[in-house]
Amino acid sequence: MTNTWIEVCSINDVPENGGTCVKVDDKQIAVFNFTRTGKWYATDNMCPHKQQMILSRGMIGDKAGEPKVACPFHKKTFSLETGQCLSGEDYHISTYEIKVEAGTIYIAI
Amino acid sequence: MKNILKRRVVVIGNGMVGYKFCEKLVAKNSDKQFEILVFGEEIRPAYDRVHLSSYFTGTSAEDLLMAPLSWYTENGIKLVLGDPIISIDRDHKVVTSLKGVVANYDVLIFATGSAAFVPPIPGVEKDGVFVYRTIEDLDMTIAHGKKAKIGVVIGGGLLGLEAAKAVSDMGLETHVVEFAPRLMPRQLDEAGGLILKNKIEDLGIKVHLNKNTASIEGEETVTGLLFKDGTELKADLLVISAGIKPRDELATKIGLAVGPRGGIMVNDMLQTTDSNIYAIGECALYKNMIYGLVAPGYEMADVVVNQLIGAEKQFAPYDMSTKLKLLGVDVASFGDCFGTENECQTIIYEDKQKGVYKRMNISLDGKTLFGGILVGEAENYNMLLQTTKNKIVLPPNPEDLMLGARGGKGAAEGSGVESLPDDALICSCEAVSKGLIVDIVKDASDIDFVGVKASCKAGSGCGGCVPMVKDIIAATKKSMGIMVRNTICEHFDYTRQELFSLIKVNNLTNYNQILDKHGKGNGCEICKPALASILASIYNEFILKQDTIQDSNDRYLANLQKGGSYSVVPRIPGGEITPDKLIVIGEVAKKYNLYTKITGGQRIDMFGAHVSQLPDIWEELVKAGFESGHAYGKSLRTVKSCVGSTWCRYGLHDSVGFAIELENRYRGLRAPHKFKSGVSGCIRECAEAQSKDFGIIATEKGWNLFVCGNGGSKPQHAVLLATDIDKETCIQYLDRFLMFYIKTAEPLTRTATWLNKLEGGIDYLKQVVVNDSLGIAQQLEEEMNFMINTYKCEWKEVVENPELRKRFTHFANSKETDPTIEFKVERGQKFPVNWVS
Repeated sequence: MTNTWIEVCSINDVPENGGTCVKVDDKQIAVFNFTRTGKWYATDNMCPHKQQMILSRGMIGDKAGEPKVACPFHKKTFSLETGQCLSGEDYHISTYEIKVEAGTIYIAI
Repeated sequence: MKNILKRRVVVIGNGMVGYKFCEKLVAKNSDKQFEILVFGEEIRPAYDRVHLSSYFTGTSAEDLLMAPLSWYTENGIKLVLGDPIISIDRDHKVVTSLKGVVANYDVLIFATGSAAFVPPIPGVEKDGVFVYRTIEDLDMTIAHGKKAKIGVVIGGGLLGLEAAKAVSDMGLETHVVEFAPRLMPRQLDEAGGLILKNKIEDLGIKVHLNKNTASIEGEETVTGLLFKDGTELKADLLVISAGIKPRDELATKIGLAVGPRGGIMVNDMLQTTDSNIYAIGECALYKNMIYGLVAPGYEMADVVVNQLIGAEKQFAPYDMSTKLKLLGVDVASFGDCFGTENECQTIIYEDKQKGVYKRMNISLDGKTLFGGILVGEAENYNMLLQTTKNKIVLPPNPEDLMLGARGGKGAAEGSGVESLPDDALICSCEAVSKGLIVDIVKDASDIDFVGVKASCKAGSGCGGCVPMVKDIIAATKKSMGIMVRNTICEHFDYTRQELFSLIKVNNLTNYNQILDKHGKGNGCEICKPALASILASIYNEFILKQDTIQDSNDRYLANLQKGGSYSVVPRIPGGEITPDKLIVIGEVAKKYNLYTKITGGQRIDMFGAHVSQLPDIWEELVKAGFESGHAYGKSLRTVKSCVGSTWCRYGLHDSVGFAIELENRYRGLRAPHKFKSGVSGCIRECAEAQSKDFGIIATEKGWNLFVCGNGGSKPQHAVLLATDIDKETCIQYLDRFLMFYIKTAEPLTRTATWLNKLEGGIDYLKQVVVNDSLGIAQQLEEEMNFMINTYKCEWKEVVENPELRKRFTHFANSKETDPTIEFKVERGQKFPVNWVS
């Protein structure tokens, strides 16, 4: 079964090389505009370490080419591709499919 | 033309030691006096057997090669693979291979290594029973492992545990069976073995000790093990790793002397009973000992190469100290690890909860370290080994060597590589001494670890000495007066100070532009705020122009607190506030239901605001005349003051007035880290100025200026920079001092740490700030003046700009606040509910 695409916001709502949070039903999803590579990512907004709804406000970047986001609280970093924690701990966040059409962002959950 | 009579060296065996022999001989063969011919039994050239288990986690056979085939050709070595020597005619000095290659030799080297020792247990011939020795063994094990569920390893020694890791990496339920009452019986004592067992069992691997296998069960394929005590264990894959057996069958056949339990007997020159034939590595028996490690094998290769070129080197009993990572657990044993060879006393540290065991065997007079054991944590292995080998006199509390100094003086001291003698053997795999590393660094002062490794091979074997090699490189450079560069992160190969100059000189203002021009990749949470700070310290532009490179507190101009709400701190310069302004704070806090607390910096913090409330709260504060307090920034926090001469009967000068002036002067000034200040009106020091990044204390004649102190986790008193100066001079020195710090400190370094690292310390700082020894004082003052003249309240800008205000929302697609933020009430105020621990 394929997931349905849900319209979440406009590309103008997400800062360049940064993120924003969107609400999909009762779920908080972080949407990232990785302008430097032209890619978009969607992940859980919750950092699993202290279970805080914060990742959309984290700084993004890369670790040896792997795109990542750093949690503002304790700087745990997560791969935007796989959701795997990159700072050596056994945490994991979910990642979601995302697409942009005519300036509108859609994600599939 | 020189006419050299060539000598032909034939090497039987192309394993790690056989290869190393070739490598060392080639290095001494510039005159081409040796012709080298190698016969290998396996189909591929020598590979790294030490790291064999990485084959199970994706390392290819190619990656494991010691050198590619082309290396042998390039160095004029004839390599015959897949073709073992089967007979030798010693009288005519001729070898014959299985496929019929015949070759004569002048010198013959046995580097035949060892095979896995398989005990004569009934059933070892069954399908699904393997040894752990060659890549072919591994391929067969992996193929069988695909249809197996339970894997058992016989042997709880070093190789057995390596094999257990491999079986576990295949995803099988894994069991280790050991005959002895503990794991690694040759390296660990009972307590160390128990800690290792617990750690391994935590990984889900089951350990069975005191088990003597009676038979291997199953029809054609293994189904389980039966032990002599009558118990059974199910298995559908079995790896036998019960030790090694030297490959001496060919030597025996041609009449060389071998030991009663195997091994080709060699003398100090590593000659066998035929002086034209040498034996090295695991096939050689030296003084009744088979050396089953790579390092002594390499040393043997070196000895024989020296013999061949006419040098004097002989082999001597080799230290079997070793450090390894087994299944992720650090295990090391060194010197006389059981304390049986010397009369000694032991120091033992055991932490069962963390799984750490450490043991030192020291002389009765407490001065000499004989050996010891480390399990679970082996950071100090290199230093302990060097202390043992070089008979370095132990400090009064020898346990500090294995536990680290605990508290008090000396806790922060380095690893102490300076104290080692030049002939201390640092890399035992490649026999590299400290002196050699020091010489290499002195010859090429810009060399790094990779360069040193390429030059002398130190650290290229087991890798255990790498931290120590790095320490020696750093210490040598330091002794030469070279600063060791601390680059910012993987994206910028520059120190903060270098970047600061680059950005200023080239007038760069945009992070992405700087990353493209001077960095690589896409940045990270280390370089982004570091560069944001540099940009702010040079141009003083509105920081939200580049909001996504700011740390999240700076990005929202507020302090992120537990639960995801923010706190708000308006500036109250010097801690002086009118009743009207106090009322405003009270009213705002009440209106938005904020928790209030007086801070340590003499101001008021309001907690518990939703991100979307911040602009509204600040609109009211700005209207009442408040400005941002920059509690969220790496910038000036507060200038604390005592009440001073205006009220206090002891006060000498107006400390409050001066504090307000200074706080307003440096407000919003961004620096590598936050910085705080205090002004006291007399020597009673009620403002605690000496615990601040800069502190000022009134004297009869003027002011004393102290710098580089802080409270926090590592309290440090500020030190005196200037005495009895007037206000104008004090401000002049401060402008210079702060700008100098801002331009030269590493990211996130407080002034105290900066001073501690500053070559020349406070005397040098005085020279720069007071005597202008660098001739930069005027420039520093001008730069500071620019910062002061361009200051703007960040919150005022946000409040007045509807576009900026829009950024302060939790959701992009909803006006709601974050529904997960929850508060509770205690002592009549609200608090966030606790987060997960």
